[in-house]
Amino acid sequence: MTALAPARRRPGGSRQAVRLLVLVVIVAVVLYPLVWMVGTSVKSQAEIVNNIGLLPERFTPGNYADGWTNFDVGFGRFFLNSAMVSLLTVVGNALSCLLAAYALGRLRFRLRKVWFTVMIGTLLLPGHVLIVPQYILFRSLGLVGGDWPYLPLLIPHFLATEAFFVFLMVQFMRGIPRELDEAAKIDGASPYGVFRHVILPLSRPALVTTAIFSFIWTWNDFFRQLVFLSNLDGYTVPVALTLFIDSTSQSAVGPMFAMSVLSLLPVFLFFLAFQRMLVEGINTSGLKG
Amino acid sequence: MALTTAPGRTARTGPTGPRRTRRGAGRARLGEGLAGYVFLSPWLIGLMGVTAIPMLLSLWLSFTDYDILTPLSEVRWVGLANYERMFTGDPSYWHAVRVTLTFALVAVPLKLAAALGVALLLNRTWRGVGLFRGLFYLPSLLGGSVALAIVWVNMFNRDGAFNSFLALFGIEGLPWVSDPDWALETLMVLAIWQFGAPMVIFLAGLKQIPTELYEAAAVDGAGAWRRFRAVTLPMLSPVIFFNLVLETIHGFQGFTAAFVLSNGTGGPVDSTLMYTLKLYISGFTDLEMGYASAMAWVFLLAIALITAVFFGTGRFWVHYSDGDDR
Repeated sequence: MTALAPARRRPGGSRQAVRLLVLVVIVAVVLYPLVWMVGTSVKSQAEIVNNIGLLPERFTPGNYADGWTNFDVGFGRFFLNSAMVSLLTVVGNALSCLLAAYALGRLRFRLRKVWFTVMIGTLLLPGHVLIVPQYILFRSLGLVGGDWPYLPLLIPHFLATEAFFVFLMVQFMRGIPRELDEAAKIDGASPYGVFRHVILPLSRPALVTTAIFSFIWTWNDFFRQLVFLSNLDGYTVPVALTLFIDSTSQSAVGPMFAMSVLSLLPVFLFFLAFQRMLVEGINTSGLKG
Repeated sequence: MALTTAPGRTARTGPTGPRRTRRGAGRARLGEGLAGYVFLSPWLIGLMGVTAIPMLLSLWLSFTDYDILTPLSEVRWVGLANYERMFTGDPSYWHAVRVTLTFALVAVPLKLAAALGVALLLNRTWRGVGLFRGLFYLPSLLGGSVALAIVWVNMFNRDGAFNSFLALFGIEGLPWVSDPDWALETLMVLAIWQFGAPMVIFLAGLKQIPTELYEAAAVDGAGAWRRFRAVTLPMLSPVIFFNLVLETIHGFQGFTAAFVLSNGTGGPVDSTLMYTLKLYISGFTDLEMGYASAMAWVFLLAIALITAVFFGTGRFWVHYSDGDDR
């Protein structure tokens, strides 16, 4: 028996050291592209071609200024657009999904089970399936490329169509003791009062998780923004970044990297601030990054 | 979807006890029924307006030759022509199917293997685990962003960082992203690199395995590999299943990186023509929205079919620990 498990008898220290070493190597590989991106963003054009090392020999912050003023409109505008779309999406998702979750998870009414099943079913729907008809619908309503081109991006989020968050909140609400509802009802509260005074305050953790993830997803989203945004001054950051690729001029690599770094900054800051929550969020719900 | 059944089935901890229903509260219940629909109304409007009606519209469009330019009232019904063209008259469609399947078949298992491997390494409690966990998760979080795809493409250029790394070992690199034989592989590496999200889910699953099982196995003389095979894998199978379904569906939908790498063309020589990219090109570049709708419906059916197959075969290898093995 002892012969079969010799590894267990060795002092734990050396195995632990090997484990740590392997992990450090993997971390280095995982972080390399990100560090390299930041390094490249402060290299001069000549260095980008010749020096592929992580750090620049000469620090060239000018790429940021160049990138920021690129494409007539300027990246400031693109960032504002992205921020607005993302923040409004957060508000829409948090509000509408909470309402739907309260109904589906907490109230009793006819066909509730049917609607719940339908909601679960829509979890499966890839956005690519709906994009063509949604484009046609929003276009026929005059909302595509209009004065305020973000409505096609925002409207679905104010109507709780992101089933994922509805589901997440339903699961969360199941953990809130029903006795609280009952107590409030005995005190004469209507379902609206229960929502306002019991569910809403207690749902903060679920709301925060939803807010963080819907911000990050919307900020990173490309497909829908690419389809629905057609005017340069309405572009969001991801769509604007592709302009660098279109222009294919090699001279813009530095600014392109600079803007790429900036575009990841909000997500990165969220990551730093909410790391623990983000990881627990996917633990409990299977949220993807 | 998997979200409800996979890990949820083992940990059905939500509702607390039997509901206290008061008899004779008919009026209150009527009020609650009405309130239910009041609270549900935004979702219901969204379901109808943004999901259900568009889906019906898209089903109808898939039998027409609709291009966005002619008004909907003048659309011509073409029967199964779009589907016929897809299956028999458009080699690039089948090519896109192949590219997507190849991508999913290679990248998803490798990504899950990486996620499980690193999760096993991290499955100890010591200071610093949280830091590693966070760092590994970071790429998943930046995941589908255009910025990351741009970095990736540049890293695997002819004179990119990867080739200079190879040069250290005297290996001459290739222009990976512009080589039709390697462009898709470059995207696969990007996908595998983002193993953090399934890794965190694996870690959560590993924590659920009772240590007594390992102790019992060790007493029976099982070595590390045997313990992994006999304890870890079966106990983790619901989580593996969950990750597998999720990552496969996720893999089928890859778009951003392929778009950025090929500047929206699916090149070089169609080597990165993912299904969704083909759909985008048909619908929004070529303006063949009827054709794109047909593609979308086949996509939906394929994903539903694959999910069904997963759930059908899952019974044979997914073990739930709540008494019965099915």
